[in-house]
Amino acid sequence: MTPQDTEYNFAYLDEQTKRMIRRALLKAVAIPGYQVPFASREMPMPYGWGTGGVQVTAATLTPEDTLKVIDQGADDTTNAVSIRKFFQKVAGISVTEKTAEATVIQTRHRIPERDLEAGQILVYQVPIPEPLRFLEPRETETRKMHALAEYGLMHVKLYEDIARHGHIATAYAYPVLVEGRFVMDPSPIPKFDNPKLSNSPALQLFGAGREQRIHAIPPFTRVVSLDFEDHPFERGGADADCAICAASGVYLDEVIVDDAGGRMFVCSDTDHCRERLEAGHRGPMGAPAEGEAA
Amino acid sequence: MTAPLLSVEHVTRRYGPRIGCQDVSFELWPGEVMGIVGESGSGKSTLLSCISGQGDPDEGRVVYDARDLGPVDIREMSEPRRRMLMRTDWAFVHQNPRDGLRMTVSAGANVGERLMAVGARNYANIRAQATDWLGKVEIDEGRVDDRPAAFSGGMQQRLQIARNLVTGPRLVFMDEPTGGLDVSVQARLLDLIRGLVRELGLSAVIVTHDLAVVRLLADRLMVMKDGRRVETGLTDQVLDDPQHPYTQLLVSSVLQA
Repeated sequence: MTPQDTEYNFAYLDEQTKRMIRRALLKAVAIPGYQVPFASREMPMPYGWGTGGVQVTAATLTPEDTLKVIDQGADDTTNAVSIRKFFQKVAGISVTEKTAEATVIQTRHRIPERDLEAGQILVYQVPIPEPLRFLEPRETETRKMHALAEYGLMHVKLYEDIARHGHIATAYAYPVLVEGRFVMDPSPIPKFDNPKLSNSPALQLFGAGREQRIHAIPPFTRVVSLDFEDHPFERGGADADCAICAASGVYLDEVIVDDAGGRMFVCSDTDHCRERLEAGHRGPMGAPAEGEAA
Repeated sequence: MTAPLLSVEHVTRRYGPRIGCQDVSFELWPGEVMGIVGESGSGKSTLLSCISGQGDPDEGRVVYDARDLGPVDIREMSEPRRRMLMRTDWAFVHQNPRDGLRMTVSAGANVGERLMAVGARNYANIRAQATDWLGKVEIDEGRVDDRPAAFSGGMQQRLQIARNLVTGPRLVFMDEPTGGLDVSVQARLLDLIRGLVRELGLSAVIVTHDLAVVRLLADRLMVMKDGRRVETGLTDQVLDDPQHPYTQLLVSSVLQA
């Protein structure tokens, strides 16, 4: 289907809206980690399903782009499938499940395992862009705190974690300091992915639809996870290998397999897992060589 | 003689046609405790918010003798500097501890917040200091991880004081610090505040309608009515030999137990 076959403007949004979002994106790229307000539009999906990410993707796409959409690392979950279909329909672009082939990747909750390359754009769906929100409810005050770089409060949250759990128990949406200036919420990615935010050759854009904010990490930007001297940042993650492709050092999902407490760990990044299976890697529960990848 | 720590010069604050406080001037010297008394609506709290940098006076100025800068008008300081001053050199104790505390985080985090705000990044040190300060304000050290919501009103007020004093401020503003507490708890809190003020050599401005509080804590007293200063002097002098009719009324209104 070509865009001309549909009644939609290319990528659903009208040109003026895309222009407005691009201006916000440019500002966000110019001030890494700063939350730029933008006039978020109603999208044909509920808030919380990635309206911010979809708008950023729509404003970013060109007809030559190849789009990949992931949800919790997987290409085949409801949210990922429907957003991919949405853009196929309203933009007529080609889509892929392969990280290496994609030029624009919209993501929820993960950064792909495969190293991103220059020229790729990673678009995050962000529920709450304000890292200070649950500590300071006033928007006027949080803006002032960002403006004056008063970030002591962020450490109060980490202190509270250690006091209660003995270690920094924040496992996702772990606050980071971008280029030594703005503290940013990296959206609910596991903190396992935090090191990948830093110095990435790809452009990283964050869109929060309901909260009407866009922020960005330009390529090769220094991103540091906040911590204490005596409780340094730890990446975390399961201490196991993928049961299907035997990958180690990747982010794993825990899957309960029976009623007797049996469980397996499996790559959260389905594309990465498939790629490894095709390359001949096999874990204890990996399918036989022929047939479909698990 | 050194310079006054805080000079308040002709501070006026209006709310539309109404007067919050008008043409109030006084000086606070290092180590001195100043009491401001008056009935409800007399402009005490308006004055306190103006001189503590929270509200903007319409006229007049407030000059603070900063450690590094010397005397400086607080409205002319840049905002980052003023905010830094407010959380290091100054302290503000609210009447309602819920206004001054973070109710959703533990007592330790409440005390540690100011330390982290000025760059402390060592968990063990922050916690040790917080625990130490809880001890100083007579809160059991085992409660360092409890939330303030689990504390009694008197404990919350003491926690608020610890949270404010942890960075070693020089100037403390207190707005009715004993309001809403019963008399025996009030008495202990006053003892505590008096001890800390003397021990740490703090200067303080205490706003209250309770004459007993100023009798115990304040060196000097200012009486306000309808936004104006009506009388000022040494505390004992004002309370024992009031000159202005309103002060006489105020002093004679206190019930003798």
